[in-house]
Amino acid sequence: MIEVRVFATLRQGREKISMLEAGGLRTAGDILAAMDIPREEVSILLINGFHKRPEDPVKDGDLVSLFPPVGGG
Amino acid sequence: MSGAYYEKLARVNLTTGEIKIEKLDLDMAHKFIGGRGLGTKILYDEGVATVDPLSPENKLVYITGPMTGAQAPSSGRYMVCTKSPLTGMIACSNSGGIWGAKLKYAGWDAIIVEGEAPQWTYINIVDDKIELLSAEEYVGVMSEKMDETLREKHGADASVLNIGPAGEKQVLLAAIMNDKDRAAGRSGVGAVMGSKKLKAIVVKASRKNLDNVADVEALKAANKRALEVLKANPVTGAGLRQLGTAVLVNIVNSIGAFPVRNWQESYYDKADDISGETLAEKYLVKPGACHRCPIACGRVVNVNGKVVGGPEYEPLWAYGGNCGNNDLNIIDECNMLCNEYGLDAIGTPCTIAAAMELYQKGYIKEEECDGVPLEWGSTKALVEWTKRMGDPESPLAWLMSSGSARLCEHYGHPEISMSVKKQEMPAYDARAIQGIGITYATSNRGGCHVRGYMISPEVLGLPQQLDRTVTTDKAAWTKTFQDLTAVIDSMGHCLFTSFAMGAQEYTDLLNAATGTNYTAAEVLEIGDRIYNIERMFNKAAGMKPEDDRLPKRLLQEKVANGPSEGMISQLPLTLPQYYEARGWVNAFPTDETLKKLGLDECVGK
Repeated sequence: MIEVRVFATLRQGREKISMLEAGGLRTAGDILAAMDIPREEVSILLINGFHKRPEDPVKDGDLVSLFPPVGGG
Repeated sequence: MSGAYYEKLARVNLTTGEIKIEKLDLDMAHKFIGGRGLGTKILYDEGVATVDPLSPENKLVYITGPMTGAQAPSSGRYMVCTKSPLTGMIACSNSGGIWGAKLKYAGWDAIIVEGEAPQWTYINIVDDKIELLSAEEYVGVMSEKMDETLREKHGADASVLNIGPAGEKQVLLAAIMNDKDRAAGRSGVGAVMGSKKLKAIVVKASRKNLDNVADVEALKAANKRALEVLKANPVTGAGLRQLGTAVLVNIVNSIGAFPVRNWQESYYDKADDISGETLAEKYLVKPGACHRCPIACGRVVNVNGKVVGGPEYEPLWAYGGNCGNNDLNIIDECNMLCNEYGLDAIGTPCTIAAAMELYQKGYIKEEECDGVPLEWGSTKALVEWTKRMGDPESPLAWLMSSGSARLCEHYGHPEISMSVKKQEMPAYDARAIQGIGITYATSNRGGCHVRGYMISPEVLGLPQQLDRTVTTDKAAWTKTFQDLTAVIDSMGHCLFTSFAMGAQEYTDLLNAATGTNYTAAEVLEIGDRIYNIERMFNKAAGMKPEDDRLPKRLLQEKVANGPSEGMISQLPLTLPQYYEARGWVNAFPTDETLKKLGLDECVGK
C-alpha cells in the first residue's frame, strides 16, 4: 500500500489520508491521476519526507504528501 | 530629492522632558534607505553599541521607511531599533498594523527616545505636536486594555503602541505591542521601553496618505505591477489568506524539521492537531490584514468566546510540539496572554520548553515550581508559566523571563538553551535544512528566521526549489536573502511580499517614491551595507567570532526521529564559505569590504 496525505486546500472534497494499492502506480504522477488531483495544484510533493517530482518513482510502503502553494514564516 | 521622507526626526529626552526637532540627513537616508538600515546607522554613529542596554544611555529609535504608509503593497511597517538587553547586540524589531503609517502621516520619519523619565510617561503625537503625559495611573495595565483606554481618551482615530506588565518589569523577553495584537516582538525591545518608564506612544495624523512621493505616476505604475505579481502568485494571492502562516505546521513536520520537546526530536505525530488546517476548521473567525496589505495572513480567532488575534506558525510550534502539547485552544490562549502581557511569542514558549527539559532531566526541582510542575504537554504549566513570565515574582519566574540562555546557564547546562546569541531559534530544525542554519548562526540579532528566510527556497520552492539536505551554494543564497531582507525591512514593506516580488519590483517602488535612480544591483548592495553596519555595531558591542554559532545539539546530536533522522548541521563547512561570500574574516568585515560598501566610518574599528 502507498499512504497519501493531502494538506491545506487539497483537502477540500478529499480524505486527509488515503491508502492506495501500489500495483499499477509507478510514479507520483500516477498517484495524482488516480486521485484526480491536477498537477498544477500541487506545489510541494514529498515522498517519505523528501521533495520529489511527479515523474519520480513510488513503491509499496511509501508515504506521499501533497501540498498546494504555501508560504509563511 | 526628498520624496517619501518628511525629513523630520523628533528627539525626545525623557530625563529632561526636552523635545528637539531635527532634520533628516537625506544623503544618509538614501545610503541606508530608512527603517532598519537608517535606525542602525543612527545608533552606530551615536555610540549606543557600548552602553548598558537598560540604562538611560540606551536609545530607542522608532523608525519608518520611505515606503511606510505609501500607496504600495503591505507598506504599514515600522521598526524599533535599539541595543538589545537580551543579546547585548543590535535589536531591530519590526511590526505591522497601522501605527507606523500613522507616525509617517503625522509627518515624522522617526522618533528617537533617550534618557529615563522621572515617573511613568507616555508620548502623545498629534501631527507636528508632541507632548509628554503622565502614565502613572496606567502602571500594570495589560497591553490590550491600554490600547482601548488610550483610544477612548484620545479618539478612535488614534493608534497606540505600548508595553504590558512584562515591559514595565524589564523582562528580557518583553515585546512592544501596537494596534492591540501586532508586536515588535523580538530581542527584548519592550524591556528597553520599560527601563525608560515609557508606557505608550499615541499617534494621530490628519494626513491619510503619503503626499510627498517623488513621482506619483511612476509609483502608481510600480504599485500596479507589484499588486499584479502578488495577486498572480498562489501563495500571496490566496494561500496566506486561506490558512495564514499556520499552514507551515504540516509541511515542516512532514519533512521532519519540526522541533519537538526542545529539539530533542524533529517529527511530531500530533502535528495535525495544531495545524493551520485545524485552526481554520475550529477557531478561525476571519483573516486579518495590516495597513494596505492585500495578502491578509493574519488570523482572527475565537478563544473561549473572546475574539482576538490568533497565533502565527511560530507560537503554534513553540507552544505546541516544542512543549509536547497538542491542545490548540491552549496555544490560542497562550498566544493571547503573550499579547496581553507584551511578551515575545517565540522566546517565551521556547524558554518554557527549555525549562521543561531542565525539569525532565532533574535540574529544575519540583519544589521550585510553586505548584505547577514543568511537565511536557502540561496545559496548566503553559498557561501559568506564561503569566508568571509576563509579571514575574518568584525566582524561577524571573529566571525564565530572562530567556533560555540565562536560565540554562544558571542551572549549569547551557547546552539545553536552543538559542543563538542568547535569542531563541524559531521553528525549523537546522539539521534538516542546511541553509537556514547559516541564517540562524550569522543573524545579527541572534536566533531568527526573518533575517534571511532560507525556508523559502529550501522547503517552499520559492523562487526555486533547492535541495534542503545539501550545502552547495547555500552560503551565497543566504547572503542574497539576508541583503534583500535588509532592503525590504528598511523600505517599510512586509517581508511576505518577497514570496512573490523580487529585487526589481522593490527597486521600482523605491525609485518612484524617493526619486532615486538605483538599479536592482545597487539596492542589493545597500542591503549588504546594512548587514555590515549591523555587524560593526555588534563588534563595537563586544561580539566575538564564536557568537556566530549554533547550539551544540545541532552540531553533535543527529536528528532522532522522522524523515530527517540521522541528519546533522554542516555549519562548520558552510560558515567559512559564508564569510568568504561576505568579504569577512573571523566573523567581521575586512577594511577592504567596508571601503567597498562605502562604510569608511567603520574602517579600522
